[in-house]
Amino acid sequence: MKKLSARRRHPLAAVVVLLLALAATGGLYAAFAPAGTAKADETAQSLAIEEGKKLYSVGCASCHGTGGQGTTDGPSLVGVGSAAVDFQVGTGRMPAQQPGAQVPKKKVIYSQAEIDQLAAYVASLGAGAITPTEGQYSPDGADIARGGELFRTNCAQCHNFTGEGGALTYGKYAPSLEGVSPKHLYEAMQTGPQNMPSFPDTTMPEKEKKDIIAYVQAVNSDKADNPGGLKLGGLGPVSEGLFAWVFGLGALIAVAIWVAAHTAKAKKS
Amino acid sequence: MSSQEIPEENLPAGQDTAHGAVKVADDPFADPGLPPHKPRIQDIDERAARRSERAVAFMFTLSMLATVGFIASYVIFPVDKIVYIWPLGRVSALNFALGLTLGAALFFIGAGAVHWARTLMSDVEVADERHPMAASPEVKAKVMADFAAGAAESGMGRRKLIRNTMFGALSLVPLSGIVLLRDMGPLPEKKLRVTLWSKGLQLINMNTHEPLRPEDVAVGSLTFAMPEGLSEHDEHFQTEIAKAALMIVRIQPEDIKDKRELEWSHQGIVAFSKICTHVGCPISLYEQQTHHVLCPCHQSTFDLSDGARVIFGPAGHALPQLRIGVNDKGFLEALGDFDEPVGPAFWERG
Repeated sequence: MKKLSARRRHPLAAVVVLLLALAATGGLYAAFAPAGTAKADETAQSLAIEEGKKLYSVGCASCHGTGGQGTTDGPSLVGVGSAAVDFQVGTGRMPAQQPGAQVPKKKVIYSQAEIDQLAAYVASLGAGAITPTEGQYSPDGADIARGGELFRTNCAQCHNFTGEGGALTYGKYAPSLEGVSPKHLYEAMQTGPQNMPSFPDTTMPEKEKKDIIAYVQAVNSDKADNPGGLKLGGLGPVSEGLFAWVFGLGALIAVAIWVAAHTAKAKKS
Repeated sequence: MSSQEIPEENLPAGQDTAHGAVKVADDPFADPGLPPHKPRIQDIDERAARRSERAVAFMFTLSMLATVGFIASYVIFPVDKIVYIWPLGRVSALNFALGLTLGAALFFIGAGAVHWARTLMSDVEVADERHPMAASPEVKAKVMADFAAGAAESGMGRRKLIRNTMFGALSLVPLSGIVLLRDMGPLPEKKLRVTLWSKGLQLINMNTHEPLRPEDVAVGSLTFAMPEGLSEHDEHFQTEIAKAALMIVRIQPEDIKDKRELEWSHQGIVAFSKICTHVGCPISLYEQQTHHVLCPCHQSTFDLSDGARVIFGPAGHALPQLRIGVNDKGFLEALGDFDEPVGPAFWERG
């Protein structure tokens, strides 16, 4: 008996029992619980929503609330639609790193499949803007010149004439549009992310969005003609003036110093 | 410098100071004068001088060639020809050639002149002594006496009538010039106070050129409108749109703090002048979450949810609001002109 009781008090006994209990509970859950939901939802769409909900609970719920109703840390996602999710997560803005004046673009951490699942879930919370198809945003065959006109009417005030971006109030800014994909450009106009106003199809039809995308893509491409030479960031008189003062005046001063410093005397002293 | 090199008279006097007799050099900071002139290689060697001469002439010739190149490229290159030039990218061939040749033409004139002055022109140091600038006391006294005598003889102090009428005549003469300024153009009359907007004019979307319906304008969206009847091909389009430009946003009615703004809106659709009240820059940097509009020129910021009140910057007035409603066809329409002048303040604005 003494031997038996001693073995029962083996220091690892409690751990083994705990592990067994956990395995049994998990196994039972795996055997019963998913089987029930899988029977109820069979379509691919609802599977995507289901998967999206799981991703949402892990990555988004802490700020946007468990049901997308919003908290003090993040706005409600009811009715923002799949296009908004595709833009925010697809450009890496969401999940946000920290609160602040504006959430910046950063490395995308979800795969496109996961983004689609998240978008499906958020779209299921309330009707909103739908992720555009390639036929909607593809700039093929669009009118670049008309796009430029529309860009200057609607976008250039914040994003600069060639889409280089610019400053707004209290630390907010309009980001540069260089290298932004046509889909994300379309979604930004459609949904108005963060402080950007939206340009819905009712006031700016799909065709005009395409023209704008074509303009942005053309004006920022390597093939774009640049009659004035160096772009200097395309920021206008500020960077051009700085360049003239630093390099133009700097060169003149350097030449003046060189002329004065090098004596022409036969015997150098 | 070692102590051996210091001249005796510059060393401390030593023992002598104890007796109060300090030996001081007559002029411790004597003018060292000009250093001896040293010749340049060109002054000694005639061949070097000829080499310099050829170099200067060569640079002036390059400048001439560059000027010829400038004129030639102006003739040769068509205005729209684009070429790839590393590292500038795809640039206008004409601009590039003109800049390069004109730059070279000016640079080689300067470089030639500098080289000429450094190597060939006389470089013998010359001291030019300055003289005192003040006049002698006798001259000063004479000038003052002459002035006093002249003033007394003219009778300026005694005959006050002449003096005062002369001042009057002199001060009135410039008025003729000021009156002529009137010819610079017609008076603005009411033009600063009225825009093209008037009661019943529909709001035309500047993108689609179609009249706007209230349901087209979503919360958080930004739209620009012009008055019905104005066309971008009109002769006076720019003059008119400069005053009539309108930005339309929709704000949840419960978020609108200003009572009159809500009254003048249509279900939260508000229409404000797009012209900054500071110096008239077009402003439409609208932030849809804060409802702030920022002017890019001088950072004036307006709160569109509070009667477009100025919340930052140099603007002196809120943005004028256009009162809007819906006509029987279901389109947005103006219910009158702006009730105050749009854009920057002016003298008689009130």
